Amino acid sequence: MIINFFKYRYIAFGFSIILLLLSVTLFIYKNLNLGIDFKGGIMIEAKFDTTPNISSLRQKIDNLNIGNSEIQEFGDPQIILFKLESNSKDGQENNSIIEQFKKSIGENVDYRRIEFVGPKVGSELKMIAIKAILFSLIAMFIYIWFRFSGWQFGLGALIALFHDVISTLGFFSISQIEFNLASIAAILTIAGYSINDTVVVFDRIRENLVKSDLELSNLLNKSINQTLSRTFMTSVTTLLALLALYVFGGEVIKGFVSAMIWGVLIGTYSSIFIASPLIVLFGFKYNKK
Amino acid sequence: MRKSKIKYTNLGSKIKGAIVTIKELEKVDFIKKEIKKNINKDIMINSDKNKITFLFSEKFILESRNRTVEQSIEVVRKRVDESGTKEPTIQKQGEERIIVQLPGVKDPERIKTLIGRTAKLNFHMLDPTTVELAEQRGKFPPGTFKVQNSDPTAYEKEFIVKKRVLLTGDRLKNAAATVDPQTGRYVVAFEFDTKGAKKFAKITTENTYQRLAILLDNKVVSAPQIREPITGGQGNISGNFSANAANDLAVLLRAGSLPAPIKVLEERTVGPSLGFDSIEAGKKALMIGFILVIIFMILKYKVFGIVADIAIIINVILLVSMLSAIEATLTMPGIAGIVLTVGMAVDANVLVFERIKEELRSGRSIINSIDLGYKYALKTIIDANFTTLIAALLLFNYGSGPIKGFAVTLSIGILTSMFSALILTKMVVSFWVLKFKPNKIYIN
Repeated sequence: MIINFFKYRYIAFGFSIILLLLSVTLFIYKNLNLGIDFKGGIMIEAKFDTTPNISSLRQKIDNLNIGNSEIQEFGDPQIILFKLESNSKDGQENNSIIEQFKKSIGENVDYRRIEFVGPKVGSELKMIAIKAILFSLIAMFIYIWFRFSGWQFGLGALIALFHDVISTLGFFSISQIEFNLASIAAILTIAGYSINDTVVVFDRIRENLVKSDLELSNLLNKSINQTLSRTFMTSVTTLLALLALYVFGGEVIKGFVSAMIWGVLIGTYSSIFIASPLIVLFGFKYNKK
Repeated sequence: MRKSKIKYTNLGSKIKGAIVTIKELEKVDFIKKEIKKNINKDIMINSDKNKITFLFSEKFILESRNRTVEQSIEVVRKRVDESGTKEPTIQKQGEERIIVQLPGVKDPERIKTLIGRTAKLNFHMLDPTTVELAEQRGKFPPGTFKVQNSDPTAYEKEFIVKKRVLLTGDRLKNAAATVDPQTGRYVVAFEFDTKGAKKFAKITTENTYQRLAILLDNKVVSAPQIREPITGGQGNISGNFSANAANDLAVLLRAGSLPAPIKVLEERTVGPSLGFDSIEAGKKALMIGFILVIIFMILKYKVFGIVADIAIIINVILLVSMLSAIEATLTMPGIAGIVLTVGMAVDANVLVFERIKEELRSGRSIINSIDLGYKYALKTIIDANFTTLIAALLLFNYGSGPIKGFAVTLSIGILTSMFSALILTKMVVSFWVLKFKPNKIYIN
């Protein structure tokens, strides 16, 4: 059975454009739920001996007068995550905030995690992350361009990658999952996965270009179909591993894994419906035998 | 300038240079020449009438900043080593930041103060004038300044100290915390190197019966009276120390002072319980996912599924042992890297198997199909993995912290999965086909 993926290309393009616009709009109006990695501030995870009363905790924190704070349960009613705003650049000042905090919360608490990031470091980390992602996208574009002797291949893959990255940002925005350094790793994993998928299809296209004398759009369709069972198998196994992580991996990992699950789905979609049809759209020509 | 006796006013310093106003206009050119010759070629000098502006070149600023950071790392490393912390990692990050990672530290506060202190030790002479007296007169003796006592509970809260630095901590050869047998208190005993000892002997000879002021980070830690010339180059600092404080000060003096003050910009402390819990949960989840994948592969590909599973298992063992060999800790990005690696290992095998299936369908013999399957899949696998590898290398280069860790996991994963799919399974499959000579194979 051969599915005519190519027929659906305009539907797919339309869907993707809407998806991207939606992501960008969300990104602008709702922004990302930036973690302290990028925003700066103090984060404290504490495990209480007994289930604490959140509103009385809030009262205690408010009494400290240290600016905005967020208090949330973290996977277990006894585990509470505190996020304190801090614009102080100085470690000394933050230490005194942390000391005050500990004093007011009291004894019988196990501090599982205390993190503090200065605002300057936060914005620097942001720049580094953006740079790292952009450079690796561009490098992949160049490699594919040369390897498949056509800029159309490179550009198709690059656009598919941007598509995945931007829509994943949209996912982070709509779900308001905390965006931190680990999220960058999630995005990169998605990019790596998606490019892998795309290259497999491209590779088959290249092989068929030599062997077959089909018309380009049919040839693309044939190539996608030939690699389809592999695409399906790989996606399913990766999703299996990710689902296990989601269910059993604990609270810290949940947001991160759900972004990856989204990424695997969108990455598979984009290499079938976006990357390959774009090659035709960009007017790739080859000499038929 | 002082040497050539040129009068100047208004010596101001800006961030990247200095401005001097010279009283004698005709000497401006002379000064410019002298500075070029004697001080540094990387200083750009401009003059406007009698005002001279010195500007450090970008290169000079960059170099001196790099040097400062390098020296600071060296000092921090020495301090951490001396404090007995095990397995520290100390790295430069960005242009002027240092990352210090210390696993298993029980008292992070103490380590932080130990690392962060500038620890500049200076020896001055104390001015006999008391602070009260100077304040009554309304002026301090010329060439002196007021310094606080580092021990706020002491009787003498402030001192008047002569500005001139007689000797610095750079000349110290050794320092150790000991107990003074006479007072029973903790003191830090120090020893100068040869040059320092000579200087110290001279100072103590010339200033016998006067008081020395030992300043640490611009506070007086000790102001002993010189009872007799000290020629052996040894001495004690007797502040009001606890055992820990004396020990830490000795560590600081041995490691030397920081060339620039350090500020803590980022700090992450992970309690032992969280570290354990989250890693256990992560490990468990990875194992479950892993087992699901293994079962799924067997269901789907039968005998070939077992072959693929062998490859995946060996792959993960290789990856994990390599990661533990380089002492990488299991973090979220690390887990992402492992999942992606398992995915890629599966993928490589699936590519081969699907290809074999196709070749079989087009009517080739079993051996022929397997051969061609590997041959065709090889190109695809190399292309796909190489693209990812390029990205991983770039990430390693530009990324920081967790991103770097992810890049390492990913690069190792790519290499191990290529090895296991292309070499290992091919060997197993060939062996199986040659040994059992099956006349029909089931892949699907």
